[in-house]
Amino acid sequence: MNFDDTPQEAAFRSEARAWIAANAPKQYEEDLRKSSLGRTQLKGANILEVAKAWQKKKADAGWACLHWPKEYGGRGATPIERVIWQQEEGAFGKLSGMFIIGHGMCGPTMMAFAGEDQKRKYLPPLASGEKIWCQLFSEPAGGSDVAGLRTRAEKKGDDWIINGQKIWTSGAHYSDYGILLTRTDPNVAKHKGLTMFFLDMKSPGVEIKPIKQANGQSDFNEVYFTDVRIPDAQRLGEVNDGWNVSLTTLMNERMSIGAGVATGFPELFEFCSNLMLEDGPAIDDRGVRSKLANWAVKASGLKYTSMRAISALSKGERPGPENSIGKLVAGSMVQDVAAYALDLQGAAGVLSGPEDAEAAGKFQAMLLRAPGTRVEGGTDEIMRNIIAERVLGLPGDIRVDKDVPFNRIPTKGRE
Amino acid sequence: MNFDFSDDQKQLRDEARKYLAEKCPPKAVRTVLDGKEAYDRELWKGLAEMGFLGVAIPEKFGGAGAGHLELCVVAEEMGRALAPVPFSSTVYLAAEAVLLAGSESQQQKWLPLIASGGAIGTLALFEGNGNPSPQAIKLSASGGSLNGVKKPVPDGAIADFAIVAARTGSSGRETDVSLFLVDMKADGVEAKTLTNVDPSRGQAELTFKNCKAEPLGPANEGWSILSQVLDRAAVLMAFEQVGGADRALEMGRDYALDRIAFGRPIGSFQAVKHMLADMYVSATLARSNCYYGAWALSTNASELPEAAASARISATQAFQHCAKNNIQVHGGMGFTWEFDCHMYYRRANATALTLGSLSYWEDALIDRMRKRNAA
Repeated sequence: MNFDDTPQEAAFRSEARAWIAANAPKQYEEDLRKSSLGRTQLKGANILEVAKAWQKKKADAGWACLHWPKEYGGRGATPIERVIWQQEEGAFGKLSGMFIIGHGMCGPTMMAFAGEDQKRKYLPPLASGEKIWCQLFSEPAGGSDVAGLRTRAEKKGDDWIINGQKIWTSGAHYSDYGILLTRTDPNVAKHKGLTMFFLDMKSPGVEIKPIKQANGQSDFNEVYFTDVRIPDAQRLGEVNDGWNVSLTTLMNERMSIGAGVATGFPELFEFCSNLMLEDGPAIDDRGVRSKLANWAVKASGLKYTSMRAISALSKGERPGPENSIGKLVAGSMVQDVAAYALDLQGAAGVLSGPEDAEAAGKFQAMLLRAPGTRVEGGTDEIMRNIIAERVLGLPGDIRVDKDVPFNRIPTKGRE
Repeated sequence: MNFDFSDDQKQLRDEARKYLAEKCPPKAVRTVLDGKEAYDRELWKGLAEMGFLGVAIPEKFGGAGAGHLELCVVAEEMGRALAPVPFSSTVYLAAEAVLLAGSESQQQKWLPLIASGGAIGTLALFEGNGNPSPQAIKLSASGGSLNGVKKPVPDGAIADFAIVAARTGSSGRETDVSLFLVDMKADGVEAKTLTNVDPSRGQAELTFKNCKAEPLGPANEGWSILSQVLDRAAVLMAFEQVGGADRALEMGRDYALDRIAFGRPIGSFQAVKHMLADMYVSATLARSNCYYGAWALSTNASELPEAAASARISATQAFQHCAKNNIQVHGGMGFTWEFDCHMYYRRANATALTLGSLSYWEDALIDRMRKRNAA
């Protein structure tokens, strides 16, 4: 058990550190450091442009998608090297937010199921951030129940014709491509009639409408498909085998979302260190300390759990369902942390304007964004089911719709 | 970086688990729980023969000289089996104190005895209510004689020697405290067994009346040595707690698979599944914090005080959480004397207090984090 770099790892670290020092967009470092859940903004700059420029620079020098093979735009790096890079990239890593879905989910799915020519064509610009990808799975009638989706794909000659609606698509409004899960056979059980595709988001018939979230921002979209044509060559996996293809995507989603989830703890610790209460600094108060300590061990527990997972990964073990822990713990923690920071501010905690609120309103923004973290990428309840069933081996729920043809499953308005 | 135990260490864990499964079944724990024995003498002898008591004691003092990572994996198994022996007081507290601060002759006398199972040791720190603090130590030492009362002292009634924290000054500072080593056969010390929430491990009151004692470590440095001993013991105890938490979780899981109600295994109900999933989460977070503590302990890293507090808090919470909800999963049967659930519940709540309670460690953790941030 050790945390020391091997000579090769140390060499990698110093090379990464030197390159970052010479190339990172330093002028935004302070703003990025202060960014937290619900509030990432750069003064006087468009974050999308800054992020794309940084990603391209990294890709040109061989620092993008480190663990991907070189021929697809990566570096062929080890899992440990990937961690070292993240440690060295520090606050600049927050610029990767809009690439997470493409790099973490769409890329690995393409790598597993696309043809060799397609991989060479699409993956390098995905790695370099020149093209952004999104994931089109959730629907109004199928959130946690993804396999209940209804967007239809019907074969016409060499093409498929897509009609339906997706929802909760992160970043669809700035995405170039997407991976799309559709229903190709409604006459069989719901998991058995799905097929996966990838498509150009600029295809005729694709219409994107931003969703105004409860916190007033718009990170997600509704995406409507009206007679959208996708060539059969863009199918990923076999017809009606889309459920298995999506499991690859979702497994990678857990790895990428679980890895760097925000807990809000570093922000709260700093806040409590500086905040003055009636009797002195907040951090000297016994009650405050108890709360902080309880969150501190959750945050460190998550950090070391992910280090254990990386150690296992570097020994060739596959990422397992136990990685669901990260999102489950951090999601509700960031919500509790934000609410507590407001509580410490007393009546003034209600103020959210950057000029009036403590910590420039960071915790108010966090509080309002937090409910989404417990839902997106699998709700807390789905995460607990995954742990209970796949880690602890408890029985699955009784599924009344499991062996019923999809078009016979009762829904609202269809008894 | 390699954040895992080595294959050899995992093999040692398997060996300890196998040994304890055979020699320390719940029936053996009950013999002590029911008051028929003060501790399991046969098991204690066997642990010595297996080399488990001296895992981290250097070879020149009769130990295996393996190290603290090895001791961590053994500790986890002790917790899992609820071993009714004075392992934590002898190995985590007394042996660590003698290793850290003992003179050459003290080390030569006591460490081989510990490794061979010939001496039980303990730390006499507390004097009634309250958490570890220099101000709470009232027992006085003057002219090499101790006067005062210590309670609770873990395994105090069966101990052959005790490390005793005593007041040797009145400045109101940490330097008022010195440590002494007392042979329990000496005149002027009396032990009385006290009833406690976990009878599978003893607690005692020790009364000192003009009891002759030899100093352990330099005079007036007792608090600084104690703090180090407590940090080291906190990591080791955390492994015991994680072992106990894991076992309680397994018991709950197995029962949920086995018990049928409303025509199906109760483990298929989400209310039960989610409770067990949350137990798994807290046990996993605790284990990860413990691994970091193990690394810091084994390398004597400057991070040890912070890592020890994190491991201690996290493991205390996990064991209490798992032991409590294991009973809940079992329903009424979980509240019977016959089922083993209450033994884990008792041990979880006793180990939560024995090195200082959660509030002490929470306070310590935040202090230590602030120091690091200020540095």
